[in-house]
Amino acid sequence: MSPLARWFGKTPEPVLAVEQAALRSDRFRLEREADWKRLEDIVTRMEKGRLSRLSDDDILALPVLYRTVASSLAVARETSLDAATLAYLESLAQRAWFLVYGPRVGLWGWLKRFLGGEWGRAVRGIGPDILIALAAMIAGTLVGWLLVSADPEWYGALIPDGLSDVRRPGADAETLRRTLYGDQGKSGLGLFAAALFNNNAQVSILAFALGFAFAIPSLLLLVHNMATLGAMLWLFGRAGLLPDLVAWLMIHGTTELFAILLAGAAGIHVGRAIAFPGEAATLDAAASAGRRAAQVMAGVVLMLIIAAILEGFFRQLVQDPVGRVAIGSFMLVFWIGYLFVWRRGRLDRA
Amino acid sequence: MKRPAKAPYRPELETAKRRRRIVTPEGIALDFVVASRGSRAGAVMIDLILIGTAMLVSTLLLILLLFGALQVPENLIENGEGPAARALQFCAVLWIVAMFLFRNAYFLFFELRPRGATPGKRLAGIRIAARNGGQLTAEAVIARNLTRDIELFLPALFLMQAGMSGSDMGAATLAGAAWLTVILAIPIANRDHLRAGDIVSGSWVVEAPRSRLATVLATGPASHSGRSEVSGAQFRFGEAELAVYGEYELQVLERVLRDNSRENMVAVTETICRKVGWEPGRGDERAFLEAYYTQLRARLEKGMRFGKRKADKHAGDG
Repeated sequence: MSPLARWFGKTPEPVLAVEQAALRSDRFRLEREADWKRLEDIVTRMEKGRLSRLSDDDILALPVLYRTVASSLAVARETSLDAATLAYLESLAQRAWFLVYGPRVGLWGWLKRFLGGEWGRAVRGIGPDILIALAAMIAGTLVGWLLVSADPEWYGALIPDGLSDVRRPGADAETLRRTLYGDQGKSGLGLFAAALFNNNAQVSILAFALGFAFAIPSLLLLVHNMATLGAMLWLFGRAGLLPDLVAWLMIHGTTELFAILLAGAAGIHVGRAIAFPGEAATLDAAASAGRRAAQVMAGVVLMLIIAAILEGFFRQLVQDPVGRVAIGSFMLVFWIGYLFVWRRGRLDRA
Repeated sequence: MKRPAKAPYRPELETAKRRRRIVTPEGIALDFVVASRGSRAGAVMIDLILIGTAMLVSTLLLILLLFGALQVPENLIENGEGPAARALQFCAVLWIVAMFLFRNAYFLFFELRPRGATPGKRLAGIRIAARNGGQLTAEAVIARNLTRDIELFLPALFLMQAGMSGSDMGAATLAGAAWLTVILAIPIANRDHLRAGDIVSGSWVVEAPRSRLATVLATGPASHSGRSEVSGAQFRFGEAELAVYGEYELQVLERVLRDNSRENMVAVTETICRKVGWEPGRGDERAFLEAYYTQLRARLEKGMRFGKRKADKHAGDG
């Protein structure tokens, strides 16, 4: 009786002896009630997040008691007509199931695991899609360049109004040079970076989200976005400023374009799984692709934050093209090394 | 030609359409009730209000601290020069990024906890779960919440920008509106009320189970011997008198006994007596009902053990 008294803790209830029950199904219940109450107590404490107050015994008992209650439920469904007991067992089995099959880590645990190799694994898992997205981006750049070089009228169609202030065909080299160097200074550069972060986050999230429609909009978005870049390259190339523009872009562009590449690839990955689910059911295929793509996208958000900081601060602080190229190249090497080369042996062998 | 009788009203049938049986990896069948669209919409609204309030309060505090307590000149952000302005601008950037992370981390943090529910979901009595009965992974929770950004915040941003630019209904706004329509149509179009985030993550939202173990009903002397302590009357029912009712009526009787409301017990006693042809006594309705409940349950459970079930009074006797 003493362990029983402990389980009932705060709300002491009269414990009935098994013989007091008139019905066979009630005797079944009274014989097992102690186990049920113990599981309920463990589950309640775990739900409240008080893991530290649980003893090792309780943690070890959880899966065992879960099975006990589940089998009680199976028996009770076939032998008992006590609706209250059935509802209780049903809900207790569910609550225990949620804990036994719940997420094993909290937010911090996940973040640690994510940065410690899971991110790279997810990125490597969508390798073919990255190649497709890369091909689309290169094609987009080429298309942008070729279109504008064939007919400069295309420039106005490709470049959004916000960027085409002075950077338009016919602008002289000096005007263009001023956009690359010096403080643009209209508003604070920090706010400028934050606004760009919002803009880039939107483009990459859109590239990912549109993947649901069988990946085709993702590809189109990548091509369109990169055509803008191609047109810009053509404009500055004609003025003999191509290396300077590349340096200007590279400082944050290696990170940002990498992020957009990954976002597009994640969208293509989901779209491909929905269009060609293979052996699995469409919903299952979408779910497994979605989980991998989501990991990649969480990383993309991080990369965009870093890109915004690089763009807003370092591009204005570092005015020397060599320095800009150096930072940009370093970031590129860092991302490739971190995402593709560095891997935790244990996870990858599994 | 006689029309079939209208099916009797059953409260438990309200959730029957949303009830799904999931088989766990151990082979245990669990019945989940898919959360209704209304409770999900309510939950997300509560969450958005909470997030909005937290953002507003922290922003106001920050402004109060900067411009009130520290007396920072207000035009420093716009056209300031030098290290002080740089530092302030850096704060502004950190704030924008922090707000972005905050609204994402809010959902992740709460849904990764053992309860699997944000405060809004808890208030609505719902939680998330894995659709296939297996492990709900952290990756799935991340996936369903990153998609939330696309489903909810992105179209909201589009519409807000459209509102700011006034009459200019650009292509982007139309695309945003179309996107919002599609996103809202997904949970309406499928029977499990899945939104796009649920589809890509393999999760769904179900009603959170919560019920306490009620006391054993059939324990009193009236249950054992059918003898009333009040009047000393003996209640013993014959086979024919018990055969008129089925499992549904038994459950109604169980509820009446648990509620223990005098009025209801009198009414139910009269109904039963009319049905079985007894003369209702006065004063010991509870003993009568306990005796009838115990003997009816014993009869029905005995039938169950032999594979005979009687759903309600309309059903044949197995």
